[in-house]
Amino acid sequence: MEQTELHETRITPYQLFLTFSWITLSGFGGIMFWARRRLVERERWLTEQQFVELLTLGQLLPGPPGLNLTVMVGYRFGGWTGAAAAVGGFVGWPCLVVIGMGILYQHYGALAQVQRALAGMSIVAAGLLFATFVKVAKVLPRRSRPWLFVMLAFVGVGVLRWPLFWVVGALAPWALFAAWKEKV
Amino acid sequence: MDRVDLSALFLHSLVLWFVAVGGPSTILPDFHRYVVEAHHLMTSTEFAELYTLAQAAPGPNFMYVTLMGWHLAGWAGAATMTIPVLVPATTLSLLVGHMNERYPNAPIGRAIRRGMAPIAIGLTFASATILMRAVNHDWRGYLLTLVTIVVVLRTSWNPLWLLAAGALAGLLGLV
Repeated sequence: MEQTELHETRITPYQLFLTFSWITLSGFGGIMFWARRRLVERERWLTEQQFVELLTLGQLLPGPPGLNLTVMVGYRFGGWTGAAAAVGGFVGWPCLVVIGMGILYQHYGALAQVQRALAGMSIVAAGLLFATFVKVAKVLPRRSRPWLFVMLAFVGVGVLRWPLFWVVGALAPWALFAAWKEKV
Repeated sequence: MDRVDLSALFLHSLVLWFVAVGGPSTILPDFHRYVVEAHHLMTSTEFAELYTLAQAAPGPNFMYVTLMGWHLAGWAGAATMTIPVLVPATTLSLLVGHMNERYPNAPIGRAIRRGMAPIAIGLTFASATILMRAVNHDWRGYLLTLVTIVVVLRTSWNPLWLLAAGALAGLLGLV
């Protein structure tokens, strides 16, 4: 679990910019799948464990989880300039694309087709998110307690559809207390 | 339609993003309330159309705010809606990221990373389920979701092809 040497890696801002540009431009229907694929599988900048840690922090902090992850990865490997470069790549392109789509839409309409294509794409995107879940879940220790929290969070938000804020707020103290008591 | 007060819009979304734990979809109803119901800046139909259009674009799920801003007031509007998204990430996340690098072995950091990971993973599972139920109407959709999972876990094919196939299947009315 100790991967200290990875922390020493410095990556140029340009590389961070390119990598996060690639992640964001592949990210139809969500970016987590692509972030993991690129950062863990391709570049090997992060171990599976480290990716899960940053994903966790990204989800708990306010704001979009993907953007929070981008900032933390950029900062880890390239400091301030790295974070700025990563965010530039991550947000810059989609801004241009989305505004371009807005202009096209004003001229041509065609929302019905967009809606149908989007429906098909989202079905695949849901599958990508399931696959991401399967892959990141592998880092959890094979004990009952972590899996109990997985199930409680899933049932609260995914089945009962309670507000995420309250589900996390109710589970967090227990999860933190249990992890705090755990020996290294 | 009323005139857009960009500074009020900026402040409102800034506050929203600071409480938006769990991602962009949690504050969508608040944006709707603000731009459609309270300030009459666009119709509910326009709001839904812009949201749909933005979801079809690549990138993070929050790009709908950029598109809505652009629709309201051009580039200034796009900046007004986009910059507030970046503020929590570039302040709080940067600070947390910094502390995490500086004190990797601090007990509180360790407890958060280890203890909260199962909750984050459970939330990922929940998002996948919610998305799947929202978009799938019959067995063909579920089959496509299942095929995607198998392809991703068992092969090294690039899933962009699957996304393209999904979009095509949607266009042709197959799913």
